[in-house]
Amino acid sequence: MDLNLTADEKKFRDELRSWLAANSPKDWPEWQNKPLEESYPYLRAWQRKLYEAGWAAVSWPKEFGGRSATLMQQAIFWEEMARAEAPPMANSLGLGLIGPTIIAYGTESQKKRFVPKILSAEEIWCQGFSEPNAGSDLASLQTEAKLDGDHYIINGQKVWTSYGWIGDWCEVVTRTDSAAAKHKGLTVLLVDMKTPGVEVRPLKQMTGECEFNEIFFRDVRVPQENVLGKVNDGWNVAISTLMYERGSYGARLHLIFKRNISRLIELSKKFQRHGRPAAEDPIVRQKLAQCYAEIEIMRLNQMRAFSRMTATGVPGPEGSIQKIFWSELNQRLQQIAQEIFGPYGQLLGDDPYSVDRGAWSYGYLRTRGNTIEAGTSEVQRNIIGHFVLGLPRSY
Amino acid sequence: MQFGLSESQDILRDSARKFFAGECPMDSVRKLMETPTAYDEKLWAKLAEQGYTGIIFPEEFGGVGLGKVELILLMEEAGRALLPGPFFSTVPLAGAVINTIASPEHKKKYLEPICEGKARATVAILEASASWDLADVQVKAVGSKLSGEKLFVTDAAVADFILVVAKDGVYAVDAKAAGLAITGMEGMDMTRKIYTVKFQNTPAERIGDLANLPKAFDVATAALVAEMVGGMQRTLDVTVEYAKMRKQFGKPIGMFQAVQHHCADMYLETESSRSASYYAAWTLEENTPEASTAVSIAKVYASDAARSVGNRGIQVHGGMGFTWENDVHLYYRRAKASETAFGDATFHRERIARQAIDAETLSAKSA
Repeated sequence: MDLNLTADEKKFRDELRSWLAANSPKDWPEWQNKPLEESYPYLRAWQRKLYEAGWAAVSWPKEFGGRSATLMQQAIFWEEMARAEAPPMANSLGLGLIGPTIIAYGTESQKKRFVPKILSAEEIWCQGFSEPNAGSDLASLQTEAKLDGDHYIINGQKVWTSYGWIGDWCEVVTRTDSAAAKHKGLTVLLVDMKTPGVEVRPLKQMTGECEFNEIFFRDVRVPQENVLGKVNDGWNVAISTLMYERGSYGARLHLIFKRNISRLIELSKKFQRHGRPAAEDPIVRQKLAQCYAEIEIMRLNQMRAFSRMTATGVPGPEGSIQKIFWSELNQRLQQIAQEIFGPYGQLLGDDPYSVDRGAWSYGYLRTRGNTIEAGTSEVQRNIIGHFVLGLPRSY
Repeated sequence: MQFGLSESQDILRDSARKFFAGECPMDSVRKLMETPTAYDEKLWAKLAEQGYTGIIFPEEFGGVGLGKVELILLMEEAGRALLPGPFFSTVPLAGAVINTIASPEHKKKYLEPICEGKARATVAILEASASWDLADVQVKAVGSKLSGEKLFVTDAAVADFILVVAKDGVYAVDAKAAGLAITGMEGMDMTRKIYTVKFQNTPAERIGDLANLPKAFDVATAALVAEMVGGMQRTLDVTVEYAKMRKQFGKPIGMFQAVQHHCADMYLETESSRSASYYAAWTLEENTPEASTAVSIAKVYASDAARSVGNRGIQVHGGMGFTWENDVHLYYRRAKASETAFGDATFHRERIARQAIDAETLSAKSA
């Protein structure tokens, strides 16, 4: 056990830190609260800048434009990005999930065709996984793809697609063999979103925004060479994408949470409770301290998981612990904020009396989604029960 | 950065696990807990033979000179076995106090016999106020004689000497000293007995002041958290095993999600406590500025987690979990005693608040 950074890790951090100090845009706070439609070109330009300096996908192998970064270096990367208050990258799903899946399962020509443009944000990717009747039970999805000559014809509907409205390409999981067992008849197709028959509709969520989309496929023709992995082996390809999702996401959250708790502590000194600052109220103090402790433990769990993954080489089901931990903690953090703000907590961004231009009222609503997106807390607990503890499957 | 065990740490943990499985199986724990002191001389000799009684102490005093991470690995295994008797009181508590605050002469006199397995010891801290704040200590020395009463002193009846936290310093009192009265308290945890200790003009030897005592208590607290993690792990293991084996409605109960989710939460709480415990040990070993907060974070989380893991473990065992025969309640009892020792979660949350909320205000004011 040695929690000090190695010389290589320090070098990596220092190089990145000075690059970010010189290059990270300073005007991001002004853009942050604008609708994504407006800020998207800004985020694309930012990713392009990272790409040109070789920072867009540090985890990727060097031959694909990455830095073959170790897991610890990846953690350092996200910590430094958060520390510099750098904007997110435009093609986050492509970089984090879909790119690595193409690198792992793609043919040589697929890698050549798709990977460089993911990196440069020339082509934005989205994920067509969930369906109205296939959420947690993803393997029961019904969107079908039928071979017709050298093309597959897709019919069906996907939902909860992030970046669907701007996506150039989509990783779509389809059913290619309806006679096979539900996990065995799936195939992943890489679909050009400009193909005739693809229709994207906004999905308005409880926060009032449209972060996600519904995608309808009507007789969409996709060339056979766009099958990712083997035909009818789509379940394994899809699962590998989801593992990347659970494995890497936690790393970038720690500093964001840390910043939120610091800000909340600051605010707790301004809001009054029983005639004194909330920060002096013993109950508020207990709750803030508990949250502070849990944020630290989230970081420690992540570091231990990384060390384990470095030893074993693959993201394992431990990612489920992280998913449960951060999502439920984020909800508790928002709840404490609401308790500190009292009636002010409900005010939305446009109200002149709102706290931090509505960031907390938004956060309160948005974090309800955290325990649902990327695998519900219930599904994560099933995964721990079955895959980690060896309990028999419940379904 | 590498937040896992080294090869030699792995070996130490595995050999400790084997040692406790062989020398301290559950039936001997049950026999010992029914005795007045839960102390077994032969087991103690074997612990000393392994070098466990001197694990973190300097070699010049007969110790093994290993680090805090090694200590907590050993404590985790001791916790898993529910090791009865005065090991915690003697080694990570009394031993750490002497090692932190005493002079070389006093270390020779008090620490060396601990390392060699010849002496058992404990530390008397709490009084009637049950406050862990050293400012609340009332017992004081007049000349070199102590008067007053200490409560909740672990393993006092088998200690060869007792270290007493007094107003103006820490004193060593010989078990045979005049005016010393030790009486058992009826605690929930039968594997680690607690006592009241009364002093009436009891001769005592001053071994150090209070200034560095919190550092020693941080080591003891981290060790206690590790022991709690071991208890949680064992509770989780037997609960999962039971859920796979016990059938109702024709199926193993572990197939039902209501049961699976209890087990998943037990796993999450155990692993998170372990992360916090490892980190606390590492910061203590490296003496980093966040060490004391890291210890508080570990104690906050593990205090609540140990209780929660126990609650769920008993629940999943159903009627069997409520029986005397089942071992889970023995861990549950230990968890309750450990939860309050060195400050419960509420106490340590306030300690974190002083650091995280007030320290910022103070530094802002002085700036």
